[in-house]
Amino acid sequence: MKTKHIKTIKTRDLCESAKKGGCGECQTSCQSACKTSCGIANQRCEKSSK
Amino acid sequence: MIHQYKMGGRNIVMDIASGSIHEVDDATYDMIELYGKEDRESVVKTIADRYPDLEEGEAAEIYDELSELAAEGKLFAEDTFAPMAGELKARTSGVVKALCLHVAHSCNLNCSYCFASQGRFHGERALMSFETGKRAIDFLVENSGSRRNLEVDFFGGEPLLNWEVVKQIVAYARSIEKEKGKNFRFTLTTNGMLVDDEVIAFSNREMHNVVLSLDGRREVHDRFRKDYAGNGSWETIVPKFQRFVEARGGKNYYIRGTFTHANPDFLEDIKVMLDLGFTELSMEPVVCAPGDPMALTEEDFPIVAEQYEKLAELMEARAKEGRPFTFYHYMIDLEDGPCIYKRISGCGSGTEYMAVTPWGDLFPCHQFVGEEAFKLGDIWNGVTNTGVREDFANCNVYAREECKDCWARLYNRLGTRGVRVRLQAIPQAHGVCDLLKDRGEG
Repeated sequence: MKTKHIKTIKTRDLCESAKKGGCGECQTSCQSACKTSCGIANQRCEKSSK
Repeated sequence: MIHQYKMGGRNIVMDIASGSIHEVDDATYDMIELYGKEDRESVVKTIADRYPDLEEGEAAEIYDELSELAAEGKLFAEDTFAPMAGELKARTSGVVKALCLHVAHSCNLNCSYCFASQGRFHGERALMSFETGKRAIDFLVENSGSRRNLEVDFFGGEPLLNWEVVKQIVAYARSIEKEKGKNFRFTLTTNGMLVDDEVIAFSNREMHNVVLSLDGRREVHDRFRKDYAGNGSWETIVPKFQRFVEARGGKNYYIRGTFTHANPDFLEDIKVMLDLGFTELSMEPVVCAPGDPMALTEEDFPIVAEQYEKLAELMEARAKEGRPFTFYHYMIDLEDGPCIYKRISGCGSGTEYMAVTPWGDLFPCHQFVGEEAFKLGDIWNGVTNTGVREDFANCNVYAREECKDCWARLYNRLGTRGVRVRLQAIPQAHGVCDLLKDRGEG
């Protein structure tokens, strides 16, 4: 939605992702730069990147 | 649940359950706070009175737009995910897809803030043999089920102290990956002291990612990252890292720093990293015992929060100037990010991710290595301490009272569960949580 009051940024619909998600091919949260305080939202979905 | 905040002149509204993010004007921002708490007429009147510049009927228009978003499930969406929390782990029960190989419990630096006690993890110095590494690869393949992408992280201590074995393990994994239908992704984490042209060439060919430890400003880095003679390592490693990164030719790398009570103003360290030519950056809060002089204090948290906000501004400014850089925790892929199962399933430690000691013992993750109570088993006999595995398998965002109602539950993970367990004993745990939420807003 884009009105003069509200700009909705395009994001993955989490409720939708419940229907087809959960393949588990994605990177393990800790195998990267942090090893300390891992974020979760910065992991890429393997399916979407294909 | 709604989380709304103002940053960098923007009004941001996050609808946590749907994952929607909206940028709104001031009147809409205020109306969202009131929406649902009072009836339509009252909300519209309050906002119209508060914002006299709105045209006749405009407040009502905003209200109806919010109602439309709510009807589309993009605002005030209900979180119905709790029953799914254990589903992904149950579905992939027993499947291991990543190992952190502690190829060297030894280090050529003597960093006083090292959670691994100078690489020894509270034990004896040790190097992993090739036979143990080879068996670890076989263990991973045998336990990975139908999972194709397997991750192996060469960690320590300092893995370059056992470089020949690292290369042998990589060669072995490559020799079997086609036949086994797997794709290995290797990561090397190094302090840089032993980086040379051969390490660079091999890593750029074989390592999916390299993590290079640098704390930023020379005086900050050298305060903790010293050799055993007490000399700082900044001058030695910086030119090596610059060559390493340049030769990588765009492949993944991270300059990874640690900030402590000594440098809560870590944005200054980020700026030094940028001046040195690095653009893929990560800065992490120190992991240390309560009361440690390096631990972040209550007084540090507002400073750290400010750094996260200014960091976001710096990223935006540099991007506009055509000089973008990446901060690991701000790399949120809004459109192609993780599905809800991943977001609620925990970090994977002790289940799909394990650490392997130089002698082949399995621990839930690198943060637990050396704590015997958490030993899972070994790479020859597999997981025998099923109670600990079960405990980790049951850990998810809805399993903890303080997490399930947190707005950041689907964005941040307070870290490996190791950090989480430690934080339970740390009085400022709430402060650390706030810190990571500040980071999330950035």
